[in-house]
Amino acid sequence: MNIHAIKAIYYFEMARWWRTILQSIISPVVSTALYFVVFGAAIGQRIESVEGVSYAAFIVPGLIMLSLLQQSLSNASFGIYFPKFAGTIYEILSAPISHIETVIAFVGAAATKSIVLALIILATATLFADIRIDHPVWMVVFLILTAVTFSMIGFIIGIWAEGFEKLQLVPLLIVTPLAFLGGTFYSISMLPPVWQTVTLFNPVVYLVSGFRWSFYGVSDVDVGISLAMTLLFLAIALAVVVWIFRTGYRLRA
Amino acid sequence: MDTHAQAAVEISGLYKTYDTGFSALKNIDLTIHKGEIFALLGPNGAGKTTLIGTICGLVRPTSGTIKAGGYDVVREFRKSRAIIGLVPQELTTDRFESVWDTVVYTRGLFGKPRDDAHVEKVLRDLSLWSKRNDKLITLSGGMKRRVLIAKALSHEPDILFLDEPTAGVDVELRKDMWAVVRELRESGVTIILTTHYIEEAEEMADRIGVISNGEIILVDGKDELMRKLGRKDLVIQLQEPLDAVPDSLEELGLGLRDNGNELIYSYDSTADRTGIAGLMAAVHREGIRIKDLSTHQSSLEEIFIGLLKDRT
Ligand SMILES: Nc1ncnc2c1ncn2[C@@H]1O[C@H](COP(=O)(O)OP(=O)(O)OP(=O)(O)O)[C@@H](O)[C@H]1O
Ligand SMILES: [Mg+2]
Repeated sequence: MNIHAIKAIYYFEMARWWRTILQSIISPVVSTALYFVVFGAAIGQRIESVEGVSYAAFIVPGLIMLSLLQQSLSNASFGIYFPKFAGTIYEILSAPISHIETVIAFVGAAATKSIVLALIILATATLFADIRIDHPVWMVVFLILTAVTFSMIGFIIGIWAEGFEKLQLVPLLIVTPLAFLGGTFYSISMLPPVWQTVTLFNPVVYLVSGFRWSFYGVSDVDVGISLAMTLLFLAIALAVVVWIFRTGYRLRA
Repeated sequence: MDTHAQAAVEISGLYKTYDTGFSALKNIDLTIHKGEIFALLGPNGAGKTTLIGTICGLVRPTSGTIKAGGYDVVREFRKSRAIIGLVPQELTTDRFESVWDTVVYTRGLFGKPRDDAHVEKVLRDLSLWSKRNDKLITLSGGMKRRVLIAKALSHEPDILFLDEPTAGVDVELRKDMWAVVRELRESGVTIILTTHYIEEAEEMADRIGVISNGEIILVDGKDELMRKLGRKDLVIQLQEPLDAVPDSLEELGLGLRDNGNELIYSYDSTADRTGIAGLMAAVHREGIRIKDLSTHQSSLEEIFIGLLKDRT
C-alpha cells in the first residue's frame, strides 16, 4: 500500500476544496434554504404532517440526501476529470500507485467533502425545522455508504467524460430527476398504487427511505432492504471501477 | 567506475500500436547503461515521447518487455516507477498550487515520506527557492519547466527522463539546465533526454540513439558516432579564382566553391591515408597559389540530417 501517495492525493484534493471553500459551501446551503422556504413553508402549511412528522422536518433527510448525491457526484467527477483535462494526470499515471489506491484517495476526498457539506446542511436545517435523530449511528452509516457509492459513480463519470458537457450530463439527466422522484419531498405512500410500484425501481428511494428512518423511525420501505440496496449499489459501483481499470479504459494510451 | 556494468533500462522487442491503429514503435531493442546520459534524437512524430511513455507507465506496451532498474515496468510497476522521474514534454502544472506544495505533493505520490530538507535542496539547486511560495500560474514558461524538473527530482530517482527539457528555454537557462543535468549524472543518476537541439546532444550525451518512424535506426557513443560518420572538409582558399578544376585535381576528388575562390576536399578523417600530402603536391604542380587553408569537422547535426536523408 502506497500510503504516502493516498495521503498526497487526498490532501491535494482537500486543499483545492479549501481554496474555494466559501463557494463550495454557500451554494448548497442557499439552495437548501430555498427548498425549505418553498416546500417547507408553502406546502407545509397545507400538509400538516407525514407519518406523524411535521412536513418541514420530514423533508430534511431527503434534502440532505439530494445534496449528498449531487455533491458526491460533482466532487468526484471533477476531481479526476480535471487532471485529465489539464494534463497533470501524467503524474498519477507514472507514480507507483495502484488503481485501488487512486480510487481510495479520490473517492475518499470527494466523500469527505460531501459529508462535511451534508452536516452543514443538517445544521442549517435545524434553523427551519424541529429535527430529531432516533438512530444517529445508522444515520452516519447511511451517510458514509451513500457518499462513497456516489463518489465512486462520480469517479467513473470523470474517467468516462471527454468534455465538460458529459461531466454534467449524468447528474443533470439521471441523478437529479431520480432524486426528486425518489421520495425526497414526499412519502411514497402518498402516491397512487401504480406509481408506488414504479417508484420502487428508483434506487434513490431506498437511500432516502433508510436515511429518513435513521431520523424519525419511519420509512417507505423496510430499513433492512434499504441497507441491502445501499450496499448493493456500492458493490455495483465498485465492480464497475474494477472493470474500468482492468481494461485500462481511457486513462492510459 | 564501471558505468556499463548494469543496465538502467532494458527494452526488448517492444511494439506499440495505438488504439487508432497507428504503429508508433516497431520492434525496439535498447539498453541504457547505468549512470550515462543518453540522448534520443528523431524528427517530430518519430516516437520519442511514446517510447518514454511506455517506460514510465503512461503508455501501455502492445508487446515486448521493458525493465527499469531490473524491474519489469508492468509486473513490478511499483518498484520500477519509484526509481523513475519524468519531466514531460508538455508544460502541465496545476495553476493555483504553490511551487513548494506541488513538489511536496509529487514526493508523496511516489511513496516517499515527507522530507523538507530534500525538497529545499532541489529547489535551491534549480534556483527556485525564492519562488517557493509563488503560485504556478504566475511563473514564466522556463520557470515552469524548472518546477517540472524539481517535481521529477523530488523523490530522488535513479533514472531521469527529460522529454525536450530545453524547448522554449533561453540560452542562459539552457546552460544552467545542462549544468544541473551534469551534476545529477555526477551523483549517479541515469539520464535519458530527447531534444531537437542537436548541439545539446553533442554537448551533453555519452551515447546517442536515433529513432525514425518508430524504429531505432542507430545507437552509438557520441564520440564514436562523430568519428565514424563525421567527415572532414579541407578548404583551400586561392589567391586567384579558377574557372574550372584542373583535370589532375578533379581525379583526386577536389571541387570548386565560392565562385572559384576555394577548392574543397572531403575526406574520412579516420582513414589511414587521407591523401592530403599527394593532393597538396598536385595543387603545387598546377601552379595554383594558396592564400589560406582550413579544415572543418562535420557537426552532429550534419551527421543526423544525413542519416535521416539516407532513410527516405
Ligand atoms: N494517443 C495517441 N493516439 C494515437 N496516436 C498517437 C498518440 N500519441 C502519439 N501518437 C502518434 O504516434 C507518433 C509518435 O508520437 P510521439 O509523440 O511519440 O512523437 P515524438 O517523437 O515525441 O515527436 P515530437 O518530437 O513532436 O515530440 C505520432 O505520429 C503521433 O501522432
Ligand atoms: Mg515528443
